[in-house]
Amino acid sequence: MTREKRAPGFWPLAIFFAAYVLFLYGPMLVIVALSFQGPEGGLTFPMRGWSTHWFQKLANGLGSVDIGSALWRSLGLGLTVMVFTVVFSVLAGLAFRKKLRGGSMLFFVVVASLIMPSIIVSLGIGLEFRLLDTVIKTLLEAWGMQGALESYGTALGIYTSALGAHLTWTLPFGLLIMFAIFNRFNPAYEEAARDLGATPWQCFRHVVLPLIAPSVVGIGMFGFTLSWDEIARTSQAIGDVNTLPLELQGLTTTVTTPSIYALGTVTMVVSFLVMGMAVGLSSMLGKRHKAGGKP
Amino acid sequence: MSTHVTNSHPVSARAPGRTLAAWWQALPLTTVFALFFLMPLALVLMVSFWDYNQYEMLPDFTFKNYIAVFDGCLSGEDMCVTFKTYLSTLKFSLLVWFLTLIVGFTVSYFLAFHVRSSGVQVVLFVLCTIPFWTSNVIRMIAWVPLLGRNGLVNDILVRLGAVDQPVEWLLFSSFSVVLAFVHLFSTFMIVPIFNSMMRIDRSLLEAAADSGATAWQTLWNVIVPLCRTGIIIGSIFVITIVMGDFVTIGVMGGQQIASVGKIIQVQTSYLQFPLAAANAVILLSVVLMIIWALTRMVDIRKEL
Repeated sequence: MTREKRAPGFWPLAIFFAAYVLFLYGPMLVIVALSFQGPEGGLTFPMRGWSTHWFQKLANGLGSVDIGSALWRSLGLGLTVMVFTVVFSVLAGLAFRKKLRGGSMLFFVVVASLIMPSIIVSLGIGLEFRLLDTVIKTLLEAWGMQGALESYGTALGIYTSALGAHLTWTLPFGLLIMFAIFNRFNPAYEEAARDLGATPWQCFRHVVLPLIAPSVVGIGMFGFTLSWDEIARTSQAIGDVNTLPLELQGLTTTVTTPSIYALGTVTMVVSFLVMGMAVGLSSMLGKRHKAGGKP
Repeated sequence: MSTHVTNSHPVSARAPGRTLAAWWQALPLTTVFALFFLMPLALVLMVSFWDYNQYEMLPDFTFKNYIAVFDGCLSGEDMCVTFKTYLSTLKFSLLVWFLTLIVGFTVSYFLAFHVRSSGVQVVLFVLCTIPFWTSNVIRMIAWVPLLGRNGLVNDILVRLGAVDQPVEWLLFSSFSVVLAFVHLFSTFMIVPIFNSMMRIDRSLLEAAADSGATAWQTLWNVIVPLCRTGIIIGSIFVITIVMGDFVTIGVMGGQQIASVGKIIQVQTSYLQFPLAAANAVILLSVVLMIIWALTRMVDIRKEL
């Protein structure tokens, strides 16, 4: 093993890089460690023994907050956002390969949504649904539907306003990934299929989809993880019940036990599980394609 | 190979039905952005001219919300609250922009030009991006056990005798806000800058070296100009995020530091929607001006 001499500046830069990685991961590792504090332990070091005490506390609920149902709500929303993000991005990605009138305008809007300060989007969606409430209530009153009027709450909710708010954040990433995929896509396979008489659907299902599937999994991962952690866009566009990250944000000021670290550890584990599953699925699809792709 | 390339483009011209198909395929995405992005923005603009009382918004066309925002800004010697808040938010933006640019550029430069094996390169790059997919709030509170009064850093400082008693400004201060911003958002710099660097033709660097350029000269005269697009995209991300932020400033500032986003958030919690909308419109105009100044034509699509 002979090694080439490193370029000047390699070692200072390598040390800088290592420090950056430590800066990125150090604090996260610290709270994972602290979430296993013994029952006597506090929010900071030293560790007073190791236990899962704070996870049990967490399972029983923190104060008035029902963590369990917030977790399920966020999971449900995350999965919904994931499905919509994948389907809508792939469809739009296909559309942009063809002649799409107004395509550059649409692209501009999508990029604008990506860089728009989240508080403005969130405020707008909140306003939209509140105005919708006013309209619905006025209509119900005009039609004399007193019963419906009294039971009507608000149109704001997890699967209405919050879902929309999340999609304005995840779809830009999805579409940009689709552009990146198709920029590197060799259209020769598709043309061969078409020349052999494949319908557009057959062409997509049996040629294009298997080729792009490993990367499309990445879009799904973006969709879920970005929704799972989203706060800023959800904050003003949510009804009576909160998502997990919003609960977590509220708890930062009120909870003074390592339970909050335990909650942090749990959400991190979910993020990492999803990332792991995405990588696994992606490489599986890639391999299957390679194995089955050869006639 | 060239025949494939020439054949691939006129596909849409050959099939007239294709344009319609494209339109249908783009429809779901277009609908989402029409309903949850364009319409909300239009409503923000509309409501910013409305009146309100304690219970509800009142349709109107009045400039009183804008006048309220700039109340006392043109008369007194002291700076008004609005200008002070914008100035402080801008200061955060500039500082965070500068720091993330330095960190992002250095990290990308190391990855792109000093890591030789492309396998290692991918692994290290992914290592830098993984935290992006984890919760921001968790990554914020992760600093508490390190920076708090009884935290690890204070512990070490006291033990080393650098300070007599724990320092207070480490947490819930401007310092911790900036630290958290850099921690959370340097990824937004690394990804586009690294992407730009990987597109640089390596023979240009050899040519520079052969012509007698030092490493610094190559860096400044070849690499930096060719990374311009990546730097600008990263800058837009970081600056717009910090300009509109209220979560990071809230959590890391101990809910004590003002920001434009926080003003909007507080006003909506008091149901002063028209006032919040006016603030949002002003924030949006400021952000758009910054972006306009930054871009002057970068085609993001070419970068993918």
